Amino acid sequence: MPKDGLHQTMLRVEDAPLLTGRGQFFDDLPTPHGTVHAAILRSPHAHAKITDISTDAARRLAGVHAVLTGEDYASVASPLMVGVKLPIECWPIAQNKVRYVGEPVAVVLADDRYIAEDAVDLIDVSYDTLAPVIDPLKALADDAPVLHDEMGSNLGADRYFSYGDPDGAFAEADHVVEISVRYPRNSCTPIETYGVLTRWDPHTRSYDVLSNFQGPFSIHPVIARALNVPGNRLRLRTPEDSGGSFGIKQGVFPYIALLSACARLTDRPVKWVEDRLEHLTASVSATNRAITLRAAVTAKGRVTALDYDQVEDVGAYLRAPEPATLYRMHGNLCGAYDIANLRVRNRIVMTNKTPTGLNRGFGGPQIYFALERLMQRIAVELGLDPVNVARDNLISSGAFPYRTASGATYDSGDYQNAFDTALKDGRYDALCQKRDAARAQGRLYGIGLTVAVEPSVSNMGYLSTALTPAERAKAGQKNGAQSCATIAIDPVGSITVQIDSVPQGQGHKTVAASIVAERFGLEPGAITVVAAMDTGKDAWSIAAGNYSSRFAAASAGAVRIAAGRLRERIAAIAASQLDARPEDIEFGNGKVFIASNPEAALAFARVASTGHWAPGTLPEGIAAPMRETAIWTAPELTAPTEEDGINSSLCHAFIFDFCGVEIDPVTHEARVDHYVTMHDCGTILHEGMVEGQIRGAFAQAVGAALYEEYAYDDDGAFLAGTLADYPVPTVHEIPDLTILHTCTPSPLTPLGAKGVGEGNCMSTPVCIANAVADALAPASGNVDVTLPLSPARIASYLPDEPAPPEGIAQPRPGPGKGLSGQGEAHVGAAPQEIWDLLMDADQLAAIIPGAHGVKRLSPTHFLADVTLGVGPVKGRYRVQVGLSDLDAPNNATLTGKAGGALGTGEGSGRVTLTPDGSGGTVIGYSYDAAVGGKVASVGGRLLDGAAKIVIGQFFAALGRRAGDAPQPDGIIARMCGWIGGRR
Amino acid sequence: MRRLTATERHPVRFTLNGKPAEGTAHPRMLLSDFLRGVQGATGTHVGCEHGVCGACTVRIDGAMARSCLTFAVQIEGAEIDTVEALAPAPARLSVLQDAFRKHHALQCGFCTPGILMSLDTLLATESQADAERIRDVLSGHLCRCTGYQPIVAAALDAAQTLREETDNA
Ligand code: FES
Ligand code: FES
Repeated sequence: MPKDGLHQTMLRVEDAPLLTGRGQFFDDLPTPHGTVHAAILRSPHAHAKITDISTDAARRLAGVHAVLTGEDYASVASPLMVGVKLPIECWPIAQNKVRYVGEPVAVVLADDRYIAEDAVDLIDVSYDTLAPVIDPLKALADDAPVLHDEMGSNLGADRYFSYGDPDGAFAEADHVVEISVRYPRNSCTPIETYGVLTRWDPHTRSYDVLSNFQGPFSIHPVIARALNVPGNRLRLRTPEDSGGSFGIKQGVFPYIALLSACARLTDRPVKWVEDRLEHLTASVSATNRAITLRAAVTAKGRVTALDYDQVEDVGAYLRAPEPATLYRMHGNLCGAYDIANLRVRNRIVMTNKTPTGLNRGFGGPQIYFALERLMQRIAVELGLDPVNVARDNLISSGAFPYRTASGATYDSGDYQNAFDTALKDGRYDALCQKRDAARAQGRLYGIGLTVAVEPSVSNMGYLSTALTPAERAKAGQKNGAQSCATIAIDPVGSITVQIDSVPQGQGHKTVAASIVAERFGLEPGAITVVAAMDTGKDAWSIAAGNYSSRFAAASAGAVRIAAGRLRERIAAIAASQLDARPEDIEFGNGKVFIASNPEAALAFARVASTGHWAPGTLPEGIAAPMRETAIWTAPELTAPTEEDGINSSLCHAFIFDFCGVEIDPVTHEARVDHYVTMHDCGTILHEGMVEGQIRGAFAQAVGAALYEEYAYDDDGAFLAGTLADYPVPTVHEIPDLTILHTCTPSPLTPLGAKGVGEGNCMSTPVCIANAVADALAPASGNVDVTLPLSPARIASYLPDEPAPPEGIAQPRPGPGKGLSGQGEAHVGAAPQEIWDLLMDADQLAAIIPGAHGVKRLSPTHFLADVTLGVGPVKGRYRVQVGLSDLDAPNNATLTGKAGGALGTGEGSGRVTLTPDGSGGTVIGYSYDAAVGGKVASVGGRLLDGAAKIVIGQFFAALGRRAGDAPQPDGIIARMCGWIGGRR
Repeated sequence: MRRLTATERHPVRFTLNGKPAEGTAHPRMLLSDFLRGVQGATGTHVGCEHGVCGACTVRIDGAMARSCLTFAVQIEGAEIDTVEALAPAPARLSVLQDAFRKHHALQCGFCTPGILMSLDTLLATESQADAERIRDVLSGHLCRCTGYQPIVAAALDAAQTLREETDNA
């Protein structure tokens, strides 16, 4: 139900410039003269000591200004502050040790990005690799490799919470139902990547930074501290437009610190635009989490207590604002259910993966994945209808405002009504019939449900729930969430609005314009709204930014308050001029008039500009209506209580989703057939934008449910370095969506609105997972499904998968880039000749594909300089080859270790030479290899093929060298048949 | 075929949005960088530089192309159209652009220029394009904000309007 008087369907003021190529995105803006461009050398290893960094060759390259390392950074700047007290240092560039693939190791500054990247390839870093740990539960083991020696283990924090009487509830329960789930790493990956342009002024000792940072601006003090300057010497500006963020652009801040230090060290403006590989590998993602969740349940399916055991994997460093992902939902751990007893254990663990940060849904997808999978499991185990289990546990309509077990206050809602309306209008009955019909035909069809509460407007104090009450008392109270908006009226009475929400496509400018226009009786098109933030000039606080769906509920409210105050002043001025009472004054059509006598009207512009032209005529006690800044926080956002109760967010919207999913019997692809999402997000400020938020979040959630994962190999290699390896859905993958609404306005926000932007990122992944689990149930029973539900994963859940047809290889299990294979080649020369070739450096140089030269270090050690291409990555590598187990001229073991700017490889192989009886030799070989770095991230899919080709080329060249033409049917073709697939 | 030297900048003469244009580029400079950095035509965006996202799509001699997979020196003599040329006049929008605005087919607008170039090319060459055809062409683009449905609706609406305009002409 739209708010009266607002322009809920107005066209967006943002659109015309964006549609005509006139956007003002970060990289569209001019750079100062003398700007140098940065490229970053990143670690190819998940865990290693840096023993040497040799930058001479890079520095000598024409056009290069500087090559800077962690040591240089540390000479002018400090580590990034960590939110929870830990004895670790979180640097934006590696100091002596790397802890994840993609960690910055050196920065090159050059005339342009092309040269900077050339120079990056010339930096030679020596590493001593260490064993990595990737899995969060394994990282807790006593014998796990430790990332931060200072800590002695990988456990960052371990907190227990208890609310109500969970022990009693579990003791009395008729049933205890338990589920263990893993939530994977994924990211909403904006199409525009990070950008930073930064300058240092040595006289004022201040930084001026332009970046597509999205907030929260609580990060501003973190950056200022890292740069060793007070806040007023760090001017942080954002561009007018930003190409999507979804939380992710919070993670640009370590680069702001890093590149600002570089600007200071070189006394030049520095610009950096992140590339897509860097973004996927090393920006931020959702946390992956292991959750065991138990419920105490009555015989009728009523849940009386929950018990969470959460292990949060924050990656290699606990970086601000983490561990926020773990605590953002702390008040909402029982979701939309009326459950009074709750026990929680929260552990934070560090692993050799990229540090995590904000991502749309922020903590919600993880919680609801466990909670809603559990609710389905309860229905299954108790033989109940999942619809009834969900409905019977909902908080009842009369209970609002409702206080949750862990201390949140749900502001308003009518969950039963929304639930029932959705079942009816979304045709749930028909969906059940469809499932029954499909199952009767033997098809794999399932239905999933999710109910969820979507919190918005985060309490800036919720993070301190991570501290014990004693630690909190020492650190000082934190609470609230200040929103700021400024409205200025210029000398001709036209209006400019400054908002603090750093929009990234949500249309905040349009909504702000319509709010102000409505208050003053003007056309929205006449209002100018500025979204670009400037901490040097604008009103802002730590809560500013684009996160926790705070705009509609908070920032828009601040706009309304500021407009209301100006309206009162202008009404008072008009009243004095028209000889009327202020309360009788109305605004409309660009005029200010007396309600009972619209003829008696003054032009709005004339009255509104009085403060500029004739301040002396203002009525007594009325300030000039030239500029008004409203700063608003909700008093309900209080600090955590002694008992660890926390009202973690101000507003709580309700969501109920259900869907039907069919699994293809041949491809095992999950196809979403019917999806209904019901939202109660309070007052709707703009229908088109609310629908846009829901559709956008839904599409990202479908990606998270079925396709996307920031996958790591066991050795810590990152496997999703391109948008082909991290398959963001295209239009073909997004199913139809039915959107329904009910409305219970928030009594706590100025406009009655609640956030709506993140809900489906929380509800949809688990809704689809529940449907897939239901589809699998007749054939496979209870399955603990894990996201993403790719065809290979679904196949693994099905009982005895039928053997593939003759000649078709088994589908590959999951991602991975370990290579192994074996084969034979036939060469028309005697074993001794072949042997001699293999032992001769000069001959090898001619045989090894792409070799520029081979140096013999000892009779059994060679060093080769090789150019190899795998898919899109072609690069130069230094390959150390060792020969062992020599048995001339019959067999030998070859070990190789390759390293270069693009990645690393290590492997060994056994070669046997057997006379074929007619003067030739059959060469048999088998190999195992592993690769890391960029090659693994972007070329993983192609490594098999590349290995086959390189090996084929090697033996073809060997054959030619030994005076043999390749075999008639083509050695490469035959070898492709011989070499096994990767395992 | 021109002989190019890796270390030298080479002149590139071409037509940009109907007007003669020229600049110099090293052989390895991407067309996307050339358009944005050398020509100052920043409407074309770069989202991946490996040919997947489609944000950098421009028209080369009438056909859609990824400017991040094209070298600047390859466009010598070619006609290049970018998003800056779609509107009929500075303060107006094309039928397709207008439909995008009406249907909320953009949020952040970063993917939009590439999508507009592809759909504009489609509608210009296949006036009868239906939803399936539009989805096919759109599947060469990634949009993280909209969920695509409004883009399909906008393109269908624009196709209809364009057909009516032709019928009435
Ligand atoms: S930038 Fe060209 S396809 Fe992504
Ligand atoms: S509108 Fe933001 S990526 Fe498409």
